Amino acid sequence: MSPLTLEGAPVDLDAEGFFRKPEQWTREMAHDIARDNGIDELTDRHWQVIDFMRTTYRETGSAPTIRTLGKVSGVPVKELYQLFPKGPAKLAAKIAGIPKPRGCI
Amino acid sequence: VARAGAIYGRGVDIRHRIVILGGGTGGTLTANRLQRMYGDRVEVVVIDRDDRHVYQPGLLFVPFGMADPDEIVRSRRAQLHDGIEFRLAEVDRVETGGHRVHLVGGESIAYDVLVVASGASLLPDETEGLTGPGWGERIFTFYELESATALREALRSLDRGRLVVNAVDMPIKCPVAPLEFCFLADWYLRERGVRDDVELTYVTSLDGVFTKPVAAEHLAGLMGEKGIALETEFATGEVDGAGGRLVSWDEREVPFDLLVTVPLHGGPAYVGRSPGLGDELGFVATDPHTLQSRVAPNVFAIGDATNLPTSKAGSVTHFEGETLVENIRRFIDGDELAATYDGHANCFIETGFHKALLIDFNYDVEALPGRYPEPHVGPLPLLKQSRLNHMAKLLFQWVYWHVLLPGHEIPGVGSQLRATANQGERP
Repeated sequence: MSPLTLEGAPVDLDAEGFFRKPEQWTREMAHDIARDNGIDELTDRHWQVIDFMRTTYRETGSAPTIRTLGKVSGVPVKELYQLFPKGPAKLAAKIAGIPKPRGCI
Repeated sequence: VARAGAIYGRGVDIRHRIVILGGGTGGTLTANRLQRMYGDRVEVVVIDRDDRHVYQPGLLFVPFGMADPDEIVRSRRAQLHDGIEFRLAEVDRVETGGHRVHLVGGESIAYDVLVVASGASLLPDETEGLTGPGWGERIFTFYELESATALREALRSLDRGRLVVNAVDMPIKCPVAPLEFCFLADWYLRERGVRDDVELTYVTSLDGVFTKPVAAEHLAGLMGEKGIALETEFATGEVDGAGGRLVSWDEREVPFDLLVTVPLHGGPAYVGRSPGLGDELGFVATDPHTLQSRVAPNVFAIGDATNLPTSKAGSVTHFEGETLVENIRRFIDGDELAATYDGHANCFIETGFHKALLIDFNYDVEALPGRYPEPHVGPLPLLKQSRLNHMAKLLFQWVYWHVLLPGHEIPGVGSQLRATANQGERP
């Protein structure tokens, strides 16, 4: 499949760089992915969102939307856009190593 | 709470009480199907806060004068078969542990089986500024009858400027409706001879015009042909009605003279007041194949009130009805539930000029070309504009009141998707 490696470990990514297998992700990889996407340093607030993304994915099988993040993650939408510019739901999912949010129906 | 007493058939039976919250599409067709299946062997109670059943697909036509408000509203009570009890009351909360619905005012009603069928609610107040200055003057929604009616006047006097249609965020009822509004607005403005002076823009939170890729590509092509501008991945953070601006969270702006908004949606308000019943948006956490709620085995949900990953649409509710009623029967009989609902949805998409397009899909299969309801035969073409689809959409209003709500099958239209049998068709 994918010849890509992060932190020396092989990872299976889709065409846009989202993890197909969340179990391949490590916290160290998150820093690399963040830097590639213009975020130099992951703060505690970033991690609060990343952990929330992974927990939600594990429990529900899908990534939370921006609205859910704003309501439940403890980080308001305005700040989410500062932490993860442009599209917080997508960018946070990419850094958190979970598949691309399906959007909605 | 099951009360022994009535004697039926071969022995002493227990007469169960099934309480249905909501007398819209899902609640009505479920009540009528249950009543036909059980007769007076069960007690069916439908609770709603008003007696106005709105034919929601008709709302789209109201702003263009293609439907009159009073044509699309009927009595809820009148759609329910004899023997079903209809109660006018507002629900305060559901106590799933005690099997009780608490009504506003203090009264409560016990149930053996509960069906949540109260649909989705519109939450315009959740978007900053949306209901502030300009609301009802230059900002309207056609998702609600009063505003759709007021929008008719505003459109009539629109001769130039910017008309913006904005779906704030998913999920929304009938995700194709804002596109249909754009197509009909294009046609309407052409008929009035002012289309060249009105800039028409569709602004969406999605990265395309629709969620299913093949259909999205097809619909985006149609938008282009009709000169409708498209602004994607726009997460509306604020509406400035006085200044006529939509502002996104990432600080992009779209100016408007007339804004047609599709506000944020949530579940029924009482779901949020009922511990464990809903998700963070107030939709009932529901098993996608059996329609049983996650909170308690004797609580089920149907239609827009669920959190299922399929469209919030009347067709979905209709297709769910069969599985729901069968599973209520199985639950009462102590049998294993049937995991038969497959996410089947279909939608007619009005494209203007007396034409419409039809799409058909489910949880796993996206909207593809072909024929419906009989694969390869039709008569309705899928993913293709046709007059026949438009006629079918108009005819559907009659079918809705006379076939779908009474709980009859629509001949030839099955609850499960058959579109995969269309493989090999070209658009």
